Amino acid sequence: MTIVVGYVPTPEGEAALTQAITEARKASTTLLVINSSKGDAPVDTRYAQEPEMQGIEGRLAAQGIDHVIKQPVRGHDAAAEVLDAAEEHKADLIVIGLRRRTPVGKLIMGSTSQRILLEADCPVLAVKASMAG
Amino acid sequence: MDVFSSLMDGFATALTPMNFLYAVIGVVLGTAVGVLPGLGPAMTVALLLPVTYALEPTSAFIMFAGIYYGGMYGGSTTSILLNTPGESSSVVTAIEGNKMAKAGRAAQALATAAIGSFVAGTIGTALLAVCAPIVVKFAVSLGAPSYMAIMVLALLAVTAVLGSSRLRGFASLGLGLAIGLVGMDAVTGQRRLTFGQPLLADGLDIVVVAVAIFAVGEALWVAAHLRRTPMQIIPVGQPWMGKEDWKRSWKPWLRGTALGFPFGALPAGGAEIPTFLSYITEKRLTKHPEEFGKGAIEGVAGPEAANNAAAAGTLTPMLALGLPTNATAAVMLAAFTSYGIQPGPQLFATEGPLVWALIASLFIGNFLLLIINLPLAPVWAKLLQLPRPYLYAGILFFATLGAYSVNLQAFDLAILLVVGALGFMMRRFGLPVLPLVLGVILGPRLEKQLRQTLQLSAGDPAGLWSEPIAVVIYIIVAVILIWPLLYKLWRRNRPAAAPVSVPVAAPVAAVTRNDGGHATNVPSANVPDRNGPPESKEQP
Repeated sequence: MTIVVGYVPTPEGEAALTQAITEARKASTTLLVINSSKGDAPVDTRYAQEPEMQGIEGRLAAQGIDHVIKQPVRGHDAAAEVLDAAEEHKADLIVIGLRRRTPVGKLIMGSTSQRILLEADCPVLAVKASMAG
Repeated sequence: MDVFSSLMDGFATALTPMNFLYAVIGVVLGTAVGVLPGLGPAMTVALLLPVTYALEPTSAFIMFAGIYYGGMYGGSTTSILLNTPGESSSVVTAIEGNKMAKAGRAAQALATAAIGSFVAGTIGTALLAVCAPIVVKFAVSLGAPSYMAIMVLALLAVTAVLGSSRLRGFASLGLGLAIGLVGMDAVTGQRRLTFGQPLLADGLDIVVVAVAIFAVGEALWVAAHLRRTPMQIIPVGQPWMGKEDWKRSWKPWLRGTALGFPFGALPAGGAEIPTFLSYITEKRLTKHPEEFGKGAIEGVAGPEAANNAAAAGTLTPMLALGLPTNATAAVMLAAFTSYGIQPGPQLFATEGPLVWALIASLFIGNFLLLIINLPLAPVWAKLLQLPRPYLYAGILFFATLGAYSVNLQAFDLAILLVVGALGFMMRRFGLPVLPLVLGVILGPRLEKQLRQTLQLSAGDPAGLWSEPIAVVIYIIVAVILIWPLLYKLWRRNRPAAAPVSVPVAAPVAAVTRNDGGHATNVPSANVPDRNGPPESKEQP
């Protein structure tokens, strides 16, 4: 029994994490935080650095949430990493952050969230940045 | 014609709209490849060489000069913001520069690097304009034996002095000389190392070899190490400097220039040694010793000035003697040959307008670089988010296109792949690529001088040291070769003497090999546990 959250160091990712913490406490389950990078560029702003991850770790520990943090760099895209983790841990819920986009913007830009929404085998909770409490 | 009026003519040529456009393209490309670790000016010039055959040689060289200087500027941006040198010559910059950036002074570090590079580049180019004709005057009096001795010195010095491992350096040089031997013997017409393959009779095209070693070898190497944990880049705004920063920067700039130019001009030049020396000097002279190791602006200003001055210095032997001492100069020399221009002391006489336009374009390029680097450094840093597969796919495409277009022979593609695989293996086993490239380029010319000397002396080897300058140079060569032995003896006699202290506990997670072409420094960059002092750069 786990909740998987796809984390990125952006307002959306932050909102997703906050929501996931709430859900994990409600259901008192394990929270699995995934922050991945394809690792094919020298710099990836969506890959959280050490201090940031430690901060999250501290936050989760302080709230007494059973948690696992993973930062895979295996050349898979973020959607694949989240879906993989969800399958592997038989997740009950996936929490992701969503950017505000117009339908046209959606058409042009590919999307990690879209793939997760379409391919996940469990319920997906999508959060927008402004919804964070 | 005196230097000044020739230089003004050069400016007139370099400032025509077309040539100016090429200068702009050159500096933009140069900065881009400088920023990206693993790509360097040598690779870029090699890739563009076949593409520029249709251009006027002058335009092409103006563009190459822009790439060459641009690489120096771009390298410092990566060093400072990422702690991974974009270029081997900016390894030292990373030591203090990244500390400054972490302390929130990235803007000042970038500014002092860019302005220092500009100051040093301008002074260095001026020195180049003054010194090169003097060197030429001296060089035209040299006979074949002396000229050969100088080439031997350059080859050995680059191999033995700059390298981390002499054995690897000489292995690489041997490979290069062997590749240079392929083809028809110029004197007797015998075929050497052609394996009965008629297409090899003309020798291996230097452009194909350079593209293969720099571009294909590097691309294969990166493909073999594609995935790495992304690094943190320090966000930065517009570079600027306060009054205090100016006050602390201008002296290191000038001292860095003074160190950089002569070292660049020496046959064993390169930008690495003067940048280290500049760092050590600044550390000793600073009024803020407590800041060193925590982000002292002097430690960025000095080395950055030194590497740009060295870049200008390197062009002195390249233009005046036809003697390249770093990878980019070597490829530019190959470019001269492929345009049918004979490099050497006579270059200033036969191709005066081109050479002076090239020098003038260095001034222009420097100025352009300051303009595009100072306000735009954060934009350049964005290039680092480019996924490598796209980048290297493009490079391989250009490499293949270029290699094919040299002679329009499919056979050249086979050579490209074979030599590219060699380049990959060299990176794998830590062989520096610079000696190989120099061997390929200088080998045949060295042989020509050797044959000439021996023909003049009717086969008597004594003819090799028949000129006093040749004798002096051979003595220097001997000293360089037995230096490690002498040093060991000296150390044994004075066991109390402390080893030469390199006071940089370099936090640079990068190991540079000796080549200015830096194409090789990437494999070892990003290795977090490699924190030794930069001088103990032994490859695994």
